[in-house]
Amino acid sequence: MSRGAAKIVGLAALGVVACAVPFVASSFHVFQLTQIVVYAIALLGLNLLTGFNGQISLGHGAFYAIGAYTTAILLDKVGFPYWATVPIAGALCFGVGFLFGLPALRLEGPYLALATFALAVTTPQLLKVNALERWTGGVQGLLVEKPGSPIGGVLDADQWLYFLSLGVAFGLYLVAWNLLRGRTGRALMAIRDHPIAAATMGIDTALYKSLTFGVSACYTGVAGALGALLAGFVSPDSFTILLSIHFIVGVVVGGIASIGGMLFGAAFVTLVPNLADRISQAAPWAIYGAVLIAFMILMPTGAAGFARAVARRLFRGGNQPI
Amino acid sequence: MARTATFVALVALLAGVASAKDTPGVTATEIKIGQTMPYSGPASAYGVIGKGEAAYFKMINESGGINGRKINLISVDDGYSPPKTVEQARKLVESEGVAFMFQTLGTAPNTAIQKYLQQKQVPQLFVATGADKFGDPKGNPWTMGWQPSYRIESRIYGRYVLKEKPDAKICVLYQNDDFGKDYLIGLKEALGDKYATMVVKEASYEVTDPTIDSQVVSLQGSGCTALITAATPKFAAQTIRKVFDIGWKPLHFMSNVSISVAAVLQPAGVDKSVGIITGIYLKDPNDPAFKDDPGMNEWRAFMKKYMPDADTNDANYVYAYGVATTLVQVLKQCGNDLSRENIMKQAANLQGLKLSVAIPGTEIRTSPSDYRPFSQMQLARFNGKSFERFGPVLSGD
Amino acid sequence: MQAFLHQLLSGLATGAIYASLAVALVTIFKTTHHVNFAQGELAMFSTYIAWSLIQKGLPYWATFPATLAVAFVAGVVIERVVVRRVEHAPVLSVVIVFIGLLVICNSLAGWIFGFSIKAMASPFPSDAWYGSAYLSAHELGMIAVTLAVLLCVFLFFRFTRLGLAMRAAADNPESSRLVGVRVGWMLALGWGFAAALGAVAGMMAAPVVYLEPNMMTGVLLYGFAAALLGGIDNPWGAALAGFIVGVLENLAGAYLVGTQLKLAVALVVIVGVVTFKPAGLFGRRLVVRV
Repeated sequence: MSRGAAKIVGLAALGVVACAVPFVASSFHVFQLTQIVVYAIALLGLNLLTGFNGQISLGHGAFYAIGAYTTAILLDKVGFPYWATVPIAGALCFGVGFLFGLPALRLEGPYLALATFALAVTTPQLLKVNALERWTGGVQGLLVEKPGSPIGGVLDADQWLYFLSLGVAFGLYLVAWNLLRGRTGRALMAIRDHPIAAATMGIDTALYKSLTFGVSACYTGVAGALGALLAGFVSPDSFTILLSIHFIVGVVVGGIASIGGMLFGAAFVTLVPNLADRISQAAPWAIYGAVLIAFMILMPTGAAGFARAVARRLFRGGNQPI
Repeated sequence: MARTATFVALVALLAGVASAKDTPGVTATEIKIGQTMPYSGPASAYGVIGKGEAAYFKMINESGGINGRKINLISVDDGYSPPKTVEQARKLVESEGVAFMFQTLGTAPNTAIQKYLQQKQVPQLFVATGADKFGDPKGNPWTMGWQPSYRIESRIYGRYVLKEKPDAKICVLYQNDDFGKDYLIGLKEALGDKYATMVVKEASYEVTDPTIDSQVVSLQGSGCTALITAATPKFAAQTIRKVFDIGWKPLHFMSNVSISVAAVLQPAGVDKSVGIITGIYLKDPNDPAFKDDPGMNEWRAFMKKYMPDADTNDANYVYAYGVATTLVQVLKQCGNDLSRENIMKQAANLQGLKLSVAIPGTEIRTSPSDYRPFSQMQLARFNGKSFERFGPVLSGD
Repeated sequence: MQAFLHQLLSGLATGAIYASLAVALVTIFKTTHHVNFAQGELAMFSTYIAWSLIQKGLPYWATFPATLAVAFVAGVVIERVVVRRVEHAPVLSVVIVFIGLLVICNSLAGWIFGFSIKAMASPFPSDAWYGSAYLSAHELGMIAVTLAVLLCVFLFFRFTRLGLAMRAAADNPESSRLVGVRVGWMLALGWGFAAALGAVAGMMAAPVVYLEPNMMTGVLLYGFAAALLGGIDNPWGAALAGFIVGVLENLAGAYLVGTQLKLAVALVVIVGVVTFKPAGLFGRRLVVRV
């Protein structure tokens, strides 16, 4: 079997499993799976920016927060239907991301990381500001009404939200995959690897970098919106720097510059804390730190890279680049 | 006759089977309880409360449990992050099938899971936060707090100032979150129209601020003579020290969560903490008045046997002992009916329970319209060694 | 007026904390060209080591150099074992390794020492003659120590051969190797020095802010703001900027934006500096020839 065919079969199998699972799993597990799907969207957003375009962001938690609060405010204060808030959150985050991307053009690697790190640390404070309290709920946060299932007999609320998130994720992944395998993807990666050569070749680096920031923020914002619907509550405490670090861990573990790896990364970030909790209560973060370092040193291409290496051994057909 | 008897027996049997299904988390030998605590992250100093409670239940189990059932406390970490609390609560309720949630810690975490628990009709008992909104039997009949709320506390401070020092100028230093803001609300309630004239300055701080020196300097500059500090331990210690260092001697009220001698006053400097007033409802382990007190000796014996490495100066362990005792009383009152409805009913039916670690003159009292087990406090002043109580036991209602 | 003066002096005291951390950040940048996100947590962990030694009964004048030595060795080891592996990797890898270190130090400190605050001894007696209502004895001592440390660092990099070698190793590793500089060890030494400087920062800060695992998380951002504002490769610039940031934060918090947005001030400084004046107020402009 060639690699291409194996990939398609694998993806189809994954799709079937993904659609079947909520009918056999318990409500709580469906909830957890939805969380994984939501994180997978957020991680894909971050990966677009950091993995494919080389702009390090330690502050994507801020975009997740903007998406989440957009949904919460629109639902609570303005009375929009929940499904409409998601694309609005995405559009808003695209705008904010693009605007943030403009000054970011002047920032190189570690300085951009520092600026986004500062943004992430400051996010809870900005969410609590008295001037916006009327909208954001201030320190109390906002409750988010969980969407009910429109086909109540067939799917319950948890399952409905799962399929909704799955659908959105599928759509966004398709868009990203299409984007990345064409000219745009090559341009992004060229900017990442050799920015000067890319500029010399005629790629409008400024435009691409800002747009990528926007798209990346959009994805993470959509994830934030879905996440708010899932958790049912937003508050400044939900979006600390630790969230941004979760995202970075997920991207690194899943595989930088790998789309499929993001699913693994999302599962890792969602499930490992619960497992590590049993070893010791301080353990999860120590494990995260150790994992980050170990992966960067030993397996820089992450789980996806590992899977690719294994696949190369198994399916000796074709010599495709990434 | 025989048919009627069989019929009645059948109905009773079915009722028995049905009610057995209605007591999730409970078997003939075990009661499963769920809890989320911040064992990691910014609020981890409170994780010791969960550990204290676990040790208490171990003690109960070793003497046979309650009505033959052992208590199985499943306490998990939520890192004080509301989305994580939601996930853990769902796991505890749906996967582990606990009977109820006990002492989940934090205002934001509890707010996040409150609606879910109301919908599932799972008791959210004795939440570990002083936020006033958790004592609302009409709106949230399945949620109940335990400690005197922050609003009750600051009402007591406000009334004291009104009575003893009506010309005082008050300023407030508060943490910029639910906890701190609740103190402002309570003060407004106590002072009423006089709030605008008596309170000259309010200053907030964030937990990310390295120091609160600037805020303290601002407050001194406003010329106030009474200071109410609604701060968590680290910032409380900084405040006490700074107030002393700049030579300011206001009438200083400190939030009840930060009056532990070991965790706050000693780092700040006990000589700098003299004169601080707080409202207490639990016995201070260092108070010489309780040196031979049978209630505290009971607690000391418990600490020695079940938490030998713990710091006995940490008031959190007294708190844990008190709440756990209250829960055991509720479970005892349930007898053999450990359905969630009955657990909630008995929790709202505590008549004058006197805790061995609570100060004399207070008692726990709840009713279907009163979901505030503890609403009494007594003012106490730090004398360099311990908190000396003065005045009557006050009610914050 | 008196209140303003008080805020100013208070700001200088907090500024000293930021300045000493900024000097450590600058040292690591000068010697390795890396922006070390884990500096604050390493400083905090070193302070815990100092605290443990004092708890065991060691007097302060022995604890201080002992902690510096331990921090130095730890810095060298971390560089040789961990950072060296990602030396030639893209910037993303390095940043992530630092974040990993940050997270490990923070959780280990919590695990080993617990989360309740600890009082840290100060070498400056609280009733010293130089203490006052405006600046306590320790705060004044802290400012003095920061300036002394700054002087040492400045003199070291400017006037010693080793300092020159370390700067060369960072600026141009290939050429440095050609003239006989052992680049690998220069990087390791740089980490060691920075770690020791961080330990000083932590030991000075702890009596003021109280020792707990999250002691440095707030300070780190201000330290970065100071380091960037002053010029990431300029130790005295960074220290000066540290004091500026401290005063600015206090004054802005007291008179301008209110206490809610003090951290936002740091954010604005960071973003503003890197956008408009990347070299900072006193740094050198770096021009890369294509």
